[in-house]
This record gives sequence, C-alpha cells and structure tokens, in this order.
Amino acid sequence: MGRVEGKVAFITGAARGQGRSHAVRLAEEGADIIAVDFVDHIPNVTYRSATPEDLAETVRLVEALDRRIIATKVDVRDRAALGAAIDDGVAQLGKLDIVVANAGICIIAGWDQVTPEIWEQTISTNLTGYWNTAQLAAPHLIKNGGGSIIMTSSAAGIKGLPFLSPYVVSKHGVVGLMRAYATELAEYNIRVNTIHPTGVNTEMGSADGSKNFESLLAAHPQLGGMLVNMLPIQATEPLDQSNAVLFLASDESRFVTSLELTVDAGNTQF
Amino acid sequence: MGRVEGKVAFITGAARGQGRSHAIRLAQEGADIIAVDLMEEIPGAPYAPATEAELAETVKAVEALDRRIVASKADVRDFDSIKKALDDGVAQLGRLDIVSANAGLSTQMAPAQELTEEIWQNMIATNLTGVWHTAKAAIPHLKAGGHGGSLILTSSEAGIKGFGNVAHYVSAKHGVVGLMRSLALELAPDFIRVNSIHPTQVDTDMIMNEGTYKLFAPDKEHPTVDDFRPASQSLNALPIPWVEAVDISNAVLFLASDESRYVTGVTLAVDAGAFLL
Repeated sequence: MGRVEGKVAFITGAARGQGRSHAVRLAEEGADIIAVDFVDHIPNVTYRSATPEDLAETVRLVEALDRRIIATKVDVRDRAALGAAIDDGVAQLGKLDIVVANAGICIIAGWDQVTPEIWEQTISTNLTGYWNTAQLAAPHLIKNGGGSIIMTSSAAGIKGLPFLSPYVVSKHGVVGLMRAYATELAEYNIRVNTIHPTGVNTEMGSADGSKNFESLLAAHPQLGGMLVNMLPIQATEPLDQSNAVLFLASDESRFVTSLELTVDAGNTQF
Repeated sequence: MGRVEGKVAFITGAARGQGRSHAIRLAQEGADIIAVDLMEEIPGAPYAPATEAELAETVKAVEALDRRIVASKADVRDFDSIKKALDDGVAQLGRLDIVSANAGLSTQMAPAQELTEEIWQNMIATNLTGVWHTAKAAIPHLKAGGHGGSLILTSSEAGIKGFGNVAHYVSAKHGVVGLMRSLALELAPDFIRVNSIHPTQVDTDMIMNEGTYKLFAPDKEHPTVDDFRPASQSLNALPIPWVEAVDISNAVLFLASDESRYVTGVTLAVDAGAFLL
C-alpha cells in the first residue's frame, strides 16, 4: 500500500527537475498524475529551457510505475489554459487530492540590472502562476472533501539572498499566499504548506543557471556567506524535496497546515 | 524495507501517550528502541503518573513487531540517570541514530504570579532541562557512530505562541526551540540534524483530564470532555478538536528517517493550523 495510494496529484513544472521528481515519487507511492509544463523557450534565463521531450520522459517514468498521467503543455500565467488542463485532467482521472505548485524561473541579476521584463516575468510566473494554480485547483479539492496544496517556495522565501531580487520577492509572496489560503481553506479540510529548498541539483541550480553569480559575488564578497549551508553539503537532490512533498501530500500529515518546511540543509538558520 | 530500518531510537517518556506511539511507529518501520520513563507522582499534575505496567505494555507492543527494546526507569531531571539508561541501551543495541526528547509534563494551571516556586522549577527541570539532559547524553553516541543522526525535540504549540495560565509550560516549550536552534548549528558539521515538533492538543492523558477541561471551561465545577471539545476545536483552523498521537509520530518518523536528511532547524507544527488563528 503506497503512502498516497489512489490519490491524484496536479504538478506544475513537471517536465524535469523537482517537478519530475515529485511526479515520480508520488507515482511510486500510488498516485496518478496531472502534469503541466511550459516546455518552451524562457527568455533571460541562463539555463536550458525544458522541452516537450523532457515532459515526455516524465510521462514515460510515471507510466513505467503503472500509474496514469495526463501531461499538457501549459503556461501557468495563462489562466484559461491552466484551468482547462486541470479540469481536463480531473475529468480523466476522476478527482483531485494533491496540488504541487512548482513551476518557477530564476534569473540572476544585481538590483540595478533587473529590467521591467525580468521583474514582470518572474512575478507573473513564480507568484501569480501559483495563485492561478491554487485558485483554479481548489474547487476540485473542495469537491473531493479535502486535500493538500504544496507550494515550492525557497530559502529565498524566508531570508534575503543576493542578486535575485524578483525571485526573493516572488518566493516571499508565496509564503503569504500559503498562509492566506491555509486560513481560508481550512474549513474544507484543505491543508496548504510551503517547502523551502536550498540549492537543488537541477538545470536551474546548474553551473549555467548560476553563472552570473560568480562576478556578482566577487564584487560583493561580504554576501557570499548567505549562500552557505549549515550541513556540510553544496546542494540537495530533487528527491530530498520530493520526500518532503510526499510527507505533506500524504495523510501522515493530515493535521499539518500553514507549515514552512525548510529542506535547506540549515541555510536559513544563519 | 522499513523507513528507519536498522536504526536505533532513544525515546523519553515512552510508557504511554505520544512516547509509546513514537516507539511503536518507529518499530513498525524497522527501528529498535531504547525507552525510558519516570513513572512517579508529578507534584501538581491533574492526571495520574505513568506506571510500570504501561511501560511494560510499550515493551510488549514493540516486541510484537519483532523489534528489540531496552526499557528502564529514568528521570530526565537527573542527567546521571538518563546517561546510564542510554549508555546501557546503546551497549545492548549497538548504536544510536534517533533521539526523541518527548518526556514532559503539564501541572498546575494558574496566572503566572500565582504559580508556586516548586511548580515552576519542576516544569523547567523536566520540560526544558530534561530535553537538554537527553541531548547531552545522546550527542556523544551520535558523534561516535559517525553516521550522523536526528534529534527530535517535542516542543508544543505553546513553544511558538503564548497561552494564559501556563506561563511555566510556555516558557519551557519556547526554551526548547532555542535549544533546538543552537544544537542544530553546533551539530551540523557532524550531519546530526535537530528539529522540533509542535503539537496542538493531542488525545493523551496529559491533555484529557479535568485540569485541562477546567482551563477551557472555567465556569463549570466538573467540566467533561464534551465541554472541552468545542473550546479545543476553536483553537484549531482545521475543523477538528484535537489530533491523535500517531499524527505526531508520523512527523517524528519523517524527521527520523533519511527522507529528511537535509532538514534541520525546522519547527514542525502538527497543529491543525492553530498558529494561524
């Protein structure tokens, strides 16, 4: 008996990285998956954008576990498309229990290098995209008699980190969204929690993803310590984040709500 | 393969309630257990102390799962007593991976200025100093093992929020958070993780007694659980009056297992959203 046996999970940003890992981990424990991803070129990011082939690989991995998956190309900023993907997935898989708002982007730039386009793009994806996800999915959870919404924030959702100001703002905003939704949805037995990863070994966390950090940190060495983890590791694996998502998705945490669950090797502790 | 297969867990206050539940849940997932409990009268407590028979019941439940358990009487207020019990347990079971500092008590409830010196001192000695004693006795074993470890300190909703008439309890449980954060920093280089859990009301003897009911229904001479239920539920955002011990054990299990290998310094509230209100 899997830990989320018979449940259905909706995951954004599921083509690869943490999103794919969540899909596979939840499927291993018995869940069916509704997956969406942008799978298109993302302007301004320094890491490779996810592709339709990446999303197809997630589908293959979930199906190899004998679970069902409905995968669609969707931009979380597009409410109509997102709503349709959720409704369609629920129609095919029968219900919704778990929502993982995970789709996000990260653009490294000093405060004076952030353009209006970078600002708008980050806030609309990482924050408004989460609101779209939670608001459009919640009616299905209510209909289901309860559920669990998990929002991927960041260590940068708890403390300031340098050279990511729109990202820091969006991830702090996610905490506010989580608390507000946890409060309003509690009466429907819907739990809402955040996870807060430190660096994760994904494309976003790759050398390409963080290449602009080096020169900025060299120019502002006093800030470098903010990126250090308390446990002696450089980065976590996607699976470490997925295990936290699994705990929050399962009935093991049936009375846990409004929790900021840091999976950050202590990064936010000092 | 259990989620904590082959690990050894030290649990204080294991005769009944949350401690027993932790012992059973961890044993279900493959851990051996070192259990201690005081099993003595608690001055000012509005409920009966745990008994030898209850600790024997924990032993029976763990052994029924085909796991080993070393159980003894020890007092967390007395470092030597805790150290001896733990050292003996580790000698018999061979290692230590997990520590659940769970032993705690609830006593007289009154405005801060009316609490007696004895009640205050006993509360701090048990619910705060007892946790430090437990960690102090365990850390050398965790370090010697060389494979990291997980310390789980049971705080409370009262460790992140104030409540009237229990200033001693709130102070001790807030202190546990400070201890958790300092230990997390000190022990991180050895991959020893330290986290606290924060239950809302749990369905155990410590909560389910007339002393607690009276705090919530002060106008009644002999309030019952039915008087307590709506008042208790009003403290939680999720529409439930209290949680079960296994809900806390599931959080302990997550923090004890390698699934949380990079989780440290977390105040994990199992509080039905009580903090929101």
